[in-house]
Amino acid sequence: MAELGMSSAVTRRAFSVRKMTGFTAVAIVCFIMLYAPLLPLVAYSFNSGSSIALWEGFSWRWYEAAWRNELVQDAAFRSLFVATLASTFATALATMAALGTTRTRAYRGLTAIYAMINQPLMVPEIVTAVALLIVFAVIKTATNYHGLVYLITAHTAFCIPFAYLPIRARLEGMDISLETAAADLYATPWKTFRRVTLPLLWPGILAGAMLAFVISLDDVVITEFVKSPGQDTLPTYMLGQLRRVITPEINAISTVLLTVSAVMVTFFFFLNRKKM
Amino acid sequence: MTVTATHEGPVRPTKSAAEVAADATQRDIRNCWLLCAPALIVLLCAASGPLAIMLMYSFLKAGDYGGVLWTFSTEGWFSVFVQRDIFDETLSLADAHVSIFWRSLKLSILTTLLALCLGFPTAYFIAMRPLQTRNLWLFLITIPFWTNLLIRTFAIMEMIRNHGIINSLLKSIGVIDEPIQMLFTDFSVMLGMTYVYLPLMVLPIYASMEKFDFRLVEAGYDLYASRFRVLRRIIIPLVKPGIIAGSILVFVPSLGAYVTPRVLGGGKRMMLGNLIELQFGQGRNWPLGAALSITLLVIVMAALLIYVRSVQRRDGGHG
Repeated sequence: MAELGMSSAVTRRAFSVRKMTGFTAVAIVCFIMLYAPLLPLVAYSFNSGSSIALWEGFSWRWYEAAWRNELVQDAAFRSLFVATLASTFATALATMAALGTTRTRAYRGLTAIYAMINQPLMVPEIVTAVALLIVFAVIKTATNYHGLVYLITAHTAFCIPFAYLPIRARLEGMDISLETAAADLYATPWKTFRRVTLPLLWPGILAGAMLAFVISLDDVVITEFVKSPGQDTLPTYMLGQLRRVITPEINAISTVLLTVSAVMVTFFFFLNRKKM
Repeated sequence: MTVTATHEGPVRPTKSAAEVAADATQRDIRNCWLLCAPALIVLLCAASGPLAIMLMYSFLKAGDYGGVLWTFSTEGWFSVFVQRDIFDETLSLADAHVSIFWRSLKLSILTTLLALCLGFPTAYFIAMRPLQTRNLWLFLITIPFWTNLLIRTFAIMEMIRNHGIINSLLKSIGVIDEPIQMLFTDFSVMLGMTYVYLPLMVLPIYASMEKFDFRLVEAGYDLYASRFRVLRRIIIPLVKPGIIAGSILVFVPSLGAYVTPRVLGGGKRMMLGNLIELQFGQGRNWPLGAALSITLLVIVMAALLIYVRSVQRRDGGHG
């Protein structure tokens, strides 16, 4: 409808230059397709019956069940713990790396640095997962340590590019003359960074941290291969459950995770609004 | 060289451009490396380094209970495509592996094509919206992309199960009597991957359409081109970089998909990712798993290289 309005002033027969027959229909189907499968998923998490196909009325029953399920509690805390630490580390490292790759002219090895930072985006997750399984298996036998450090390290690594990209985008859009001015006024490099660069960079850092958090929280493949027995995160717990009889409890957990991701991405969207 | 170098490389107003450039000294560069070092070390430990070690593992002998024996062997690579008969040691093509390779390729290509057919019109649709609402439409595409892949796969599973929504719906309106078996087929895997990776197709195509000059389309119509001709001869050639980028972005994760074929393919409809996992689980053949992983990696890198080449040829559009 909008395209008619835009072009009717130009031609008499409302021939829209921009219109392509059928494209709008496909697009609408596309949008419906993206969201439609999620609706029943969310709806059945409120089912009072124990079926995920037969609606028996509204209740919070499955949310309570998930909340009381010790395995779920455990997995949820582990997920949050790993995601918080990994996204914090990744953001700190990515901020430094972004400062080290944008504020100068190109130097030798810069391409190699880019390649390394972006590697987790290019290499299929299953390949990284298996490679980590091999390496950590050796370390696990050698040190007999089976803690969460492996998971946190792996998550930090693949979160780095997700944190790096928005931070770098922000840095590239920033006016370097402010920092130069600070330096001219005898601010030490550290002071320039703390009082000028960091406040300006903050939205980028926040956006990067959020993306990293969401990515870490949602990761299935690498976690599945790196975790030691009994170290399920919410997604790997769910993956395990999908093989059994599925109750709306899984829907309830999914709904909570979906909400967390959607809220964080919305924040990200508003933070970076001008950039997109 | 009187300037005190900070990591930003301060620019004194009195200096000429050439002098400033010369001031990007060794020390500056060293600072840059120092700033990058922590990130690079973590990536080396948990991304690049393990890949190198995996390459080494692919040339070792498989241990009896998983793991490896430290003797050189090309058995792992050998068994990617060839199998040895247990009894008479004769060699034959590893049918199972070949068929899984073939299925992975086929499903990834089909997924890419389907995503293109759906994604191109959608990107076009978004690019045609007025500026104020465009970001909102874009946002609607982005949200699913950032939500959990497993949950979205689970949602698809719910839709196409035998007692799922689609089958119940078809049954209640009397189109079918028996539920159609959709889950655990190649179709379900393809559908799931298309659903999951669709945003990756829409976003780059939109990015290249956004800057599109519609006067060219008008010119085409003025010269009596039909809509289809305009699409084929003007629009598609001009947004081709976006189409290629989107196709690669969908093809690459499809080829390495693990979760979607595992959940929707139900063990029988394995793809490369699942075959790799199998070698590290029940298969207990780590060298073969490593060799398969590297094969997958090589295919992916080749696809990425084609993409980079095609972008560079077009006067270096942004990645």
